[in-house]
Amino acid sequence: MQEQLRALKEKAEQELQACQKVEDVQEFRVRYLGKKGELTQILRGMGQLSPEERPVVGQLANEVRDSLEGKIAQLLETLKVKELEQRLLSESIDITLPGTAAEIGRQHPLSMVIEEIEEIFMGMGFTIEEGPEIELDYYNFEALNIPKDHPARDMQDSFYLTPEVLLRTHTSPVQARTMEKTKPHVPVKIIVPGKVYRRDDDATHSPMFHQVEGLMIDKNIRFSDLKGVLLNFARQMFGADQKIRLRPSFFPFTEPSAEVDISCVMCKGVGCRTCSQTGWLEILGAGMVHPRVLEMGGYNPEEVTGFAFGMGVERVAMLKYGIDDMRLLFENDVRFLRQF
Amino acid sequence: MLVSWKWLKELVEIEKTPEELADLLTMSGVAVDGIIYPSIELRNLKVGLIEEISPHPNADKLLICRVDIGEGEKRTIVTGAQNVQAGHKVPVALPGAVLTGGKSIESAELRGIQSDGMLCSARELGMDEDKLSPEQKEGIYLLPDDVTVGADVVQVLNLDDLVLELDLTPNRADCLGMWNVAREVAALTGGKLRLPEVEGSTEEGTCAGMTRVEIQNEELCNRYVARIVKDVRIAPSPLWMQQRLMAAGVRPINNVVDVTNYVMMETGQPLHSFDYDRLRENRIVVRRAREGEEIVTLDGQRRQLNPEMLVIADAERPVALAGVMGGQETEVTEQTKTILLESASFNGPSIRRTSHALGLRSESSLRFEKTVDVQLVRWAADRAVQLLSQIGAGMAVDGCVDCYPGRPPQEEPLHFQAPKFYLAKSHLPKAFSWADNIDTPFAGAEQGLSGQQGERPPFAQEGEFEIKELSEEFPEEQMPQELWFRGRPVIRLRFRRVNEILGTKIKPVEMETILQALQITFLEKDREGWWVAPPSYRRDLEREVDLVEEIARLYSYERIPTTLPEGVTTQGQRNTEQQIRYRVRKNMVAQGLMEVINYSFINKARLERLGYPAGHPFGDMVVVKNPLSEEQAVMRTCLLPGLLDTVKRNLNKRNKNLRFFEVGKIFRAEGFPEQRKLPEEEWCLGAVATGKREKSWAYGAEEYDFYYLKGVIANLLTGLGYGAEDFALAAVQDYPGLHPGRAATILLKGRPIGVLGEVHPLVLEEFEIDQRVVTFSIDLPQLWADEEVSRKVLLVPVTKFPAISRDLAILVPEEITAAEVEKLIREQANEWLKEVRLFDLYRGQQIQENWKSLAFSLTWQAPDKTLTDEEVNIFHQKIEEALAARFGAGLRR
Repeated sequence: MQEQLRALKEKAEQELQACQKVEDVQEFRVRYLGKKGELTQILRGMGQLSPEERPVVGQLANEVRDSLEGKIAQLLETLKVKELEQRLLSESIDITLPGTAAEIGRQHPLSMVIEEIEEIFMGMGFTIEEGPEIELDYYNFEALNIPKDHPARDMQDSFYLTPEVLLRTHTSPVQARTMEKTKPHVPVKIIVPGKVYRRDDDATHSPMFHQVEGLMIDKNIRFSDLKGVLLNFARQMFGADQKIRLRPSFFPFTEPSAEVDISCVMCKGVGCRTCSQTGWLEILGAGMVHPRVLEMGGYNPEEVTGFAFGMGVERVAMLKYGIDDMRLLFENDVRFLRQF
Repeated sequence: MLVSWKWLKELVEIEKTPEELADLLTMSGVAVDGIIYPSIELRNLKVGLIEEISPHPNADKLLICRVDIGEGEKRTIVTGAQNVQAGHKVPVALPGAVLTGGKSIESAELRGIQSDGMLCSARELGMDEDKLSPEQKEGIYLLPDDVTVGADVVQVLNLDDLVLELDLTPNRADCLGMWNVAREVAALTGGKLRLPEVEGSTEEGTCAGMTRVEIQNEELCNRYVARIVKDVRIAPSPLWMQQRLMAAGVRPINNVVDVTNYVMMETGQPLHSFDYDRLRENRIVVRRAREGEEIVTLDGQRRQLNPEMLVIADAERPVALAGVMGGQETEVTEQTKTILLESASFNGPSIRRTSHALGLRSESSLRFEKTVDVQLVRWAADRAVQLLSQIGAGMAVDGCVDCYPGRPPQEEPLHFQAPKFYLAKSHLPKAFSWADNIDTPFAGAEQGLSGQQGERPPFAQEGEFEIKELSEEFPEEQMPQELWFRGRPVIRLRFRRVNEILGTKIKPVEMETILQALQITFLEKDREGWWVAPPSYRRDLEREVDLVEEIARLYSYERIPTTLPEGVTTQGQRNTEQQIRYRVRKNMVAQGLMEVINYSFINKARLERLGYPAGHPFGDMVVVKNPLSEEQAVMRTCLLPGLLDTVKRNLNKRNKNLRFFEVGKIFRAEGFPEQRKLPEEEWCLGAVATGKREKSWAYGAEEYDFYYLKGVIANLLTGLGYGAEDFALAAVQDYPGLHPGRAATILLKGRPIGVLGEVHPLVLEEFEIDQRVVTFSIDLPQLWADEEVSRKVLLVPVTKFPAISRDLAILVPEEITAAEVEKLIREQANEWLKEVRLFDLYRGQQIQENWKSLAFSLTWQAPDKTLTDEEVNIFHQKIEEALAARFGAGLRR
């Protein structure tokens, strides 16, 4: 019987070596080590052995079994790895085929710029106020120190609905409306995004466009604070190395007033076509709130001061994205929109 | 304002280059938009005298000129021009000269005659033809007789001058006069002023006997000065004057007109000249026009007048539109012997209204609108008379008539220079209550102020001050009265206030230097500040804060520090409405739609193409009175026309698969303007989709149809926090612009919030769109009322017991809607039914006509146990029975 076992082992090992697939090995295992397997068959004859022989044969049988089991496990492992390799190899795909998820949309560049401006100022503690686009002459002009027949009205040729009602020419009326609500409390810290309307239509003007207005009123607000807030804004909006430059200007509702330039986003201040070789780009108008505007809004200019600023969103978007014709922003061509 | 560099340099000493000065002006508030350089550097141009002209032997159209250019020998020059004669002085380009347009001149043979140069036209010299008379434009430019033969034409014609283009803000209208530009330059650079002296007139003298002036409407005209010049000889003005006018953008006409324009350019004060003899009774009445009066203005237009307009009249009729334009009947002509010169100050707003009403804007109205310096009015008249005499245009009649109703006790002298010392305290009127606050004048010595008591001559007399009534705009406790000095407001300026507003630490002595450079008069001072009066020509300086700006701009904005506000910290955030609009945008973008922004105003006809019935809110339009075009004539009452236009524009460019959304306002009159309230403005979300998601290698095409947008709405609402069950549609048959069989009201928790549908084929036809378009719109305020959207999410525990999924395919008649079937399924189930999903809709061969198969996938799950098949079967049994009973539905297996 020991002979039998040895022969079996030899034969089995040879057969095992010939196995190429996992299934072959499993079939082999059943054939030799299964309930009706050859080794089992041999061991059935154990009963006929003498008690002396039994432990010896039993040990040998176990050795044969263990050895085969060991070899099977080893082979299975090798074969599995090989088969996995083959499968992975056969499953490789053309990764260059297009993706299948649906295309996402795009936000309009103007609304993106507005959101970005909002977020920068929210970070500085400003809240967002809005107001009607159809506005009373009073809020659009008079409450902002632009009485009837004031030459400054020429700066803003308006669309009128009635002699007293017009499409707002700037977001500044919301300054006056807000002051009416908040007086006499401070601080007032608002920005006002929105549509505005002027009678102009060419490559650099649109009869409808967007502005963001800012207003801060508190005790001890200084012109230097305006510079700081605007510098902070410019750096977040256009890059950490931005510089700003303030030039004296005139707005009826601020005094002192300033035009604010940023260093040219195209040439970084060296001078190029975009900035007419000056290195600077005019980006917004600003100033200290005129005492008369504070008075009309219900604040005492001896107790509080404030600053205000306003910028054209189209201008910011055009500079930020290199758009050279304002009309593109309102044509809504998908080939344009898709780029944002 | 165009500023001739040479002219400016004559008025003020300048050491800077034009570019440096331009930069300095820009950075201190008088923006220089650009510098106009001479177009080309002209060389080798001499003044030539034509001594002899003969016809060219070989060419009919050419002439041979013998020209003296001051070099002894005469030159032979061939010309084709017909306007030259012997004795004319002309510009001659010598060989080697380069003319405008790059033409270079050489000696050349012209039809057998050697030509040794060329006679030049104005264009060849680079002169602005718009500023020339027709005669000057044609042919050779003829020079006046008094120029020197052989002189450099560039010098004679000032062709090397350059011009600064000022872009003036409305407050700096003073810089519409060269004198004031020079003053600004002097203040900025310290350069010495060299303004021309003017001989002042008195009110005695001959003039007063020759004319009378009556101002009937003092509210519209607060000063009118008349002067008379006799023995007038109309002729061209001298070359230097013409050149300066051209540099300033004004076309020379004749000596009288040129002088009035020249003085306007010098001083900023517009003048007008009348033919004295044509004024009835030789007198002037300043009054409102009478109803029905008319005037023919200088441009030949007959104009209807009304009492809103101020006119200059003679004894009988209007002879000029005050401050806007003169009348033809009293125009100065070749025949004029005597002129009456007008220099006046008119009410700016009134001039503005008149010039707007008549659509007539002139250099004159432009200046009056912004209010001229009333104290300069007489000086300007005197200056004009002086120049007319100087250039031989006529003989001054001595004296003037000066009608000045609100004349202050004393006027500012011409070319006023503020004295460099303070005025004595005692000179401030006692009646003026501010004076009580003055404790120790000149106590500021420790602050480094330059005022020295010993140097103070008695400059201001008490009589120079004037106390005016309280101005209504100021709170009573702050300014009980206004103090005026020589017709200018006295302004309190506090040192501390300057630095408080600017955030600076400017020393009073620095402020003083700046204010002095601006010719501001110091009237008084105390520990805290000054009382000052600005010069008369700076009418924009009215309050303390105006002076703060003056200090800031001359100190330089660049030198003001950069700080951050020091107040309490506040929280920046969007309110609910703003958050919802923000989330709506993000949601739509995530779903693949592109945001568009359309104009708020649209063409009324395009809106009407939607075909709404009378009384429909779409027709409740707000109309723009003065639109730029019909395309922008009414405010949109819905977003659809703009979205369809966007679709059309894109289709034209071959973009055919389109999904757009817009978040914007719509406008409805709601009683405006009859009821005294503003129209309604409402935030709206609109979307359109057309075409399809194109078939790809991996999946089939997907139409952008009704169901596509329905899914978008469902995603939007769940994204905002609503439950799937909150959203439903209800069919509508008659929504304007929509396909009657494919339109629905969007219901959110049972209330209508908008509409979804396919655009009506007729509307598509109107918009010239030849593919189906679907659209929806949602009234956004309907969302911001709901709690769901601002609700904090509270997690419902995810059950750990497995779900059972069962399919159910049933046959129902065509008219039964999916929603009815689903409703019935839900009625028969209990809370274990988690989801009912329609996954197939089939009509076709195996099914009888007018029936359809609906296949649902039902998901069952219990929170507390694993469901068995038997438990679910019970419900399916019930559902099948109910469906059969209600709809006659059969199961499809």
